[in-house]
Amino acid sequence: MKVALLQGGRSLERGVSLRSGARVAEALGRLGHEVDVLDLGPDLVNRLEADRPDVAFIALHGTEGEDGTIQALLQLLGIPHTGSGEAACSRCMDKSLAKHILRASGLPTPDWVTYSEAAIRDFGAASSFHRAVDGVGLPLVAKPVSGGSSLGVKVVTRAEDIPTALITALSYDRRALLETWVSGRELAVSILGDQVLPIVEAIPTDNNAYDFEARYEIGGANFVCPAELSEEQADEVNRVALGAYEAMGCSGFARVDLILGDEGPQILEINAIPGLTETSLLPQAAEAAGIEFEQMIAQMLDLAE
Amino acid sequence: MRSSAMRDMMAITARPEVISLAGGLPDTSTFPPEAFAAEMDRITKTAVADVLQYGPTEGSDLVREQIVKVMEAEDMRIDAMDVTVTTGGQQAIDLITKVLIDPGDVLICDAPTYPGAIPTFLSYEADVIQIECDSDGMRIDLLEQTIADLAAKGRKPKFIYSVPTFQNPGGVTLSLERRRRLVELAREHEILVVEDNPYGLLRYEGETLPTLYSLDGGNFVVYLGTFSKILSAGLRIGWIVSPTPIREKVVLGKAASDLCTSTLTQDFAGEYFKKDRWREYVDDLVGIYRNRRDAMIGAMSEYFPHGASWNKPEGGLFIWATMPEVIDTGDLLAKAIGKGVAFVPGTGAYVDGRGANSMRLNFSGVKEDEIIEGIRRIGEVAREQLALYETMTSTDEMRLPPRPEDSEEGGS
Repeated sequence: MKVALLQGGRSLERGVSLRSGARVAEALGRLGHEVDVLDLGPDLVNRLEADRPDVAFIALHGTEGEDGTIQALLQLLGIPHTGSGEAACSRCMDKSLAKHILRASGLPTPDWVTYSEAAIRDFGAASSFHRAVDGVGLPLVAKPVSGGSSLGVKVVTRAEDIPTALITALSYDRRALLETWVSGRELAVSILGDQVLPIVEAIPTDNNAYDFEARYEIGGANFVCPAELSEEQADEVNRVALGAYEAMGCSGFARVDLILGDEGPQILEINAIPGLTETSLLPQAAEAAGIEFEQMIAQMLDLAE
Repeated sequence: MRSSAMRDMMAITARPEVISLAGGLPDTSTFPPEAFAAEMDRITKTAVADVLQYGPTEGSDLVREQIVKVMEAEDMRIDAMDVTVTTGGQQAIDLITKVLIDPGDVLICDAPTYPGAIPTFLSYEADVIQIECDSDGMRIDLLEQTIADLAAKGRKPKFIYSVPTFQNPGGVTLSLERRRRLVELAREHEILVVEDNPYGLLRYEGETLPTLYSLDGGNFVVYLGTFSKILSAGLRIGWIVSPTPIREKVVLGKAASDLCTSTLTQDFAGEYFKKDRWREYVDDLVGIYRNRRDAMIGAMSEYFPHGASWNKPEGGLFIWATMPEVIDTGDLLAKAIGKGVAFVPGTGAYVDGRGANSMRLNFSGVKEDEIIEGIRRIGEVAREQLALYETMTSTDEMRLPPRPEDSEEGGS
């Protein structure tokens, strides 16, 4: 098959995308496909029109790749693509919208408040911070509404630190969430086709409970797959994760990140295009299920629509 | 911000539409193509077999002789035998660290220091201590204190790494008085000083100061040089001048790393520096970079927010700017990239998370109009952040309800 591999782009997660892309390109080559690597730019549509690939493999992360922009474009061009469609991507990318959908579907997600830059700048929204604190409690997590990495995420333990945390979060998006900090075990459930893959647990290596960025460093966390959970716990986590996947309308594959606290699993976010680098969680989960990287890529391609 | 997040973010600065004030790039577009063609033509006619072959690990005699000459231009007298040619200045830093540092050894450097040296120091597991710089470079009084404190614990730094002239990233230059004192201290305590001097010949104003190497005579000062900023970064030629015992180890280390620096580029550079035209080219660069520095300073005065500060370097490639404290330049970079401009956030120049509201700005690699536009955009996003912060903190409600521990009645 002729496969257009879409990677790079202008997103802040360009680096991850290029690493995912390189690995996918290799696998596609070994699978015997003709691969055309495209770095997103002004010539994208013209190149796709000229090449007319049979399918597009999307190895993009962050805005543009993961928010539905590219998916909508590919649909218009009549080129099937891997992963979820425009609607599911844009729901997942917008954490506020995703949480509303989860709640409406009866699925657990931590309490939150959304602030837009405009609300703060133009409507005096800062006067409502005390209500936000009352609602979500302390500590809380400030994070940009979009974006899948740790960029812009800060844990706030004192109400007076909300402004600096929001300045950080709003540097990455026009809107930010203040979300209840839930302590518990960090789990990721990957879904590939109709298969829920073994659960991955990220165990921080040292005492960095409030330091998200540390965990993304090599050695910042140990990953255990399958996570050591009771059958009951695992079933509940999988049920909730699959529910989130369906509620978002995802297809092909996705990864659901959750915290398993005292009150059961709480969904933090759904990644429509999870990372595919050497250290990424979806490939780890697939491997634990006996699916080699190449085989996983082949499946993703088969599921393209 | 951590290095991996930073690395991912920096990946986008390589895109052509981004004005990058992040690199340390010389402007190679100013190099005359006919001079390049003449060297390549000569090589084609006379030296093909040689330049396609391995060369000596310590470097070709021709290049080492030319390095002697280039160092003479900064009043240093050396013996070609003491020179080891390296694959760029970065390898010089790597080799000297590899040779001198065992895990846990103390290494002292400037604060802030060259961001590219930090990963090298950390990969050899050095215990890095950074000494604050002011407008006259490294605070030697603090250095003295640190050496004394270490001695009290029975420890001694393996070496002191510094870029004393037009420092990267701070742009500052170590004063003459401090240079003398640093060299004295090195002698008194028998501590090596590694002087990294990539920019010494790129002076735009002010009086030339003697290098640490010339003040010391090469006893306790190891000198790192490079052709990257006065000829080409792409040729990858740097060097180390060191006493024989160190040199022998450096050569062994280099043999293990890459056997030899490219014979092709050594031949190119060696013959190029034989001609006196190299001085004219450096003079051209000085003129170009001075204008760019001035353009950047002018734009900063116009567009940077109240409360921001920066220095005016007398030479080199960088300006170090510090924003009001509430700005985190890692976050600011995210916004700036959205506007198509990039810089290096200050934390990259420290081992301990300092520098969060500072940034390094390069003025040599980008033309004046782009520098001005880039600075304008950075100023715009910084002002946006400050305005937002101001809005949030000037609100009555931000005198937040008293926390339970502060008040008997608890939160309201």
